Amino acid sequence: MATRSVSQSGDPVEVHQRPWLTTRRVIIIVSTIVFLALFGIPLLNVGYKMVETPSLFLQQVVTGLTKGTYLAIIALGYTLVYGIIELINFAHGEVYMMGAFFSLSLIGLFGLSGESSALALTFGLVGIMICTMTFTAVLNASIERFAYRPLRNAPRLAPLISAIGVSFMLQNVGILWGDHNLWDNLADWTGIDRLTRIGDAMGSNMVAPKSFPSLLPNRQVPFIPDSWFTFTWKSLLVVVVSLSLLGALYAFVRFTKLGKAMRATAQDRDASRLMGINVDLTISLTFLIGGALGGAAGMLVGLYTGTAVFNMGFTAGLLAFTAAVLGGIGNILGSALGGLLIGLLLALSDQYLGSRWSNAVIFAILVLILVFRPTGLLGEEGGQKA
Amino acid sequence: MLQLNDIHTYYGNIHALKGISLHIDQGEIVTLIGANGAGKSTTLRTISGITPPRRGRVLFEDQEINGIPAHNIVKLGISQSPEGRHIFPNLTVRENLEMGAFTRNDKQGIEEDMERAFNLFPRLRERSSQRGGTLSGGEQQMLAIGRALMARPRMLLLDEPSMGLAPVLVDQIFEIVQNINEQGTTILLVEQNALMALSIAHRGYVLQTGEIVLADSAAALRDNEMVQKAYLGIE
Ligand SMILES: Nc1ncnc2c1ncn2[C@@H]1O[C@H](COP(=O)(O)OP(=O)(O)OP(=O)(O)O)[C@@H](O)[C@H]1O
Ligand SMILES: [Mg+2]
Repeated sequence: MATRSVSQSGDPVEVHQRPWLTTRRVIIIVSTIVFLALFGIPLLNVGYKMVETPSLFLQQVVTGLTKGTYLAIIALGYTLVYGIIELINFAHGEVYMMGAFFSLSLIGLFGLSGESSALALTFGLVGIMICTMTFTAVLNASIERFAYRPLRNAPRLAPLISAIGVSFMLQNVGILWGDHNLWDNLADWTGIDRLTRIGDAMGSNMVAPKSFPSLLPNRQVPFIPDSWFTFTWKSLLVVVVSLSLLGALYAFVRFTKLGKAMRATAQDRDASRLMGINVDLTISLTFLIGGALGGAAGMLVGLYTGTAVFNMGFTAGLLAFTAAVLGGIGNILGSALGGLLIGLLLALSDQYLGSRWSNAVIFAILVLILVFRPTGLLGEEGGQKA
Repeated sequence: MLQLNDIHTYYGNIHALKGISLHIDQGEIVTLIGANGAGKSTTLRTISGITPPRRGRVLFEDQEINGIPAHNIVKLGISQSPEGRHIFPNLTVRENLEMGAFTRNDKQGIEEDMERAFNLFPRLRERSSQRGGTLSGGEQQMLAIGRALMARPRMLLLDEPSMGLAPVLVDQIFEIVQNINEQGTTILLVEQNALMALSIAHRGYVLQTGEIVLADSAAALRDNEMVQKAYLGIE
């Protein structure tokens, strides 16, 4: 393309003539050809399958988006923490796992089951969700207080390693927690017989996946005909709770004084102190919020999928972290969008390519997006933080 | 009102302030002048609690404030517009000002002070919903000063408020600083532009590599031969 500029006399002058076939274009063309040669036919095939049975396609989109909403909630935990202290909180996946374990324990403790009355279930689950969120919030803030804060002025890698360490430790806590002998012994020691119920909820094998009783109604919602796609009350609840949490968080960060202080601290810590903002407290608050969201997600996933296992935080955490980077880490809406997108890709790839390819597909798309938008979909240069 | 007694501040092993003593009385404008690296900003940061002194005492209205965390010092009535402005780039102009009033809870008073800041700097009103990072350098400086005023300080610390501004704006900023002072705020002013600073200040201190080498009234400093040579560029 010719670049034109206007000379002193006002006439347009050619200053520079570049050949049309630049190296960059050659690379793009060649790689497109190679890509199409390798994947063209499978892709056409997938495309064909998608249109062949539109209802199946629609179903996968719905399932993917449902999954995406809770991935988004987990992704927010990564993004909030990264936004404020530029640390990838590797332990966040485990906080989410602890949320699932804690809520399952309470469900067992209070004896909630599919047979409980609707009233008991509603109040029970709301109460358990509040307790779970409180528990994981405090857990996450304690992790910050004891494992990250002492390293705040250390080289960047130190807190990262510390985070990985906490992550492994919590997985082990998950294994211990899943041991019903522990709960039986605790019941003996303390004389609180009810604690054995937690042991019962954990099953006989300490490392095996734990199963949640099916507490959410698995019936089709009335306003969507069966013939379109399956959408149960259970899915609806997951979507509604996740989106409400997302909305509440967004409003908090955007409009409240503390939310603004969080953003200020993310942008300039010393200036924030000069404003009278207690930076340590603000960082604790961020971890509290991130932890609460992680715990809520753990409980939702437990109820939705019916299982929880001590290493569930690894895969979910990796996906959610990827979602956060994809959308623009540090950016709330971006991370939420990233979560939805990953959920969608996951469901479609599971259906049309086979689940064994899903991780490869997701990460290939991640790489592709980052090549063109290094800061993520909604991330800005310098980071639109928190 | 504010008194520093034999203050020693370090950055790791770097001895930045080597026994600074100074005082500022109610209603004054006092200026600190000195070459680059003399320790002017460090003095302000020490008062604000960002870099607490290792030795010595800072007294504000007879209360010892060294050792009080930075975020609580603002509550006592000392606020600072730091060197290099340090506005929040992704908060809007209005949100930046709100952060200046973070320690306050009187909604109405905050609204009044916001209005006062906008009257002081009409430019900021026009840009109130724009992100701080998109302001020009001069506008950011206005925002930094406006933000510091939002704490309704009794003592205002200004670190190089004229840095990077066009001469017309420099005059304007100094006029505003004088106005703020006349309305009852005591001011400690750090400036590269020593001539300007001495023209509005009552008194001044000259800082050299972490030590105070001269202290006098502004008029006397302006006539001092050493000051003229080193800081006013008069041979
Ligand atoms: N964060 C820091 N780490 C290490 N040394 C520092 C730091 N900040 C300042 N110093 C050192 O402390 C001394 C005083 O610095 P200070 O910023 O107070 O100078 P100043 O008088 O404000 O200079 P200027 O006119 O350039 O703003 C300098 O020698 C500087 O190198
Ligand atoms: Mg300085």
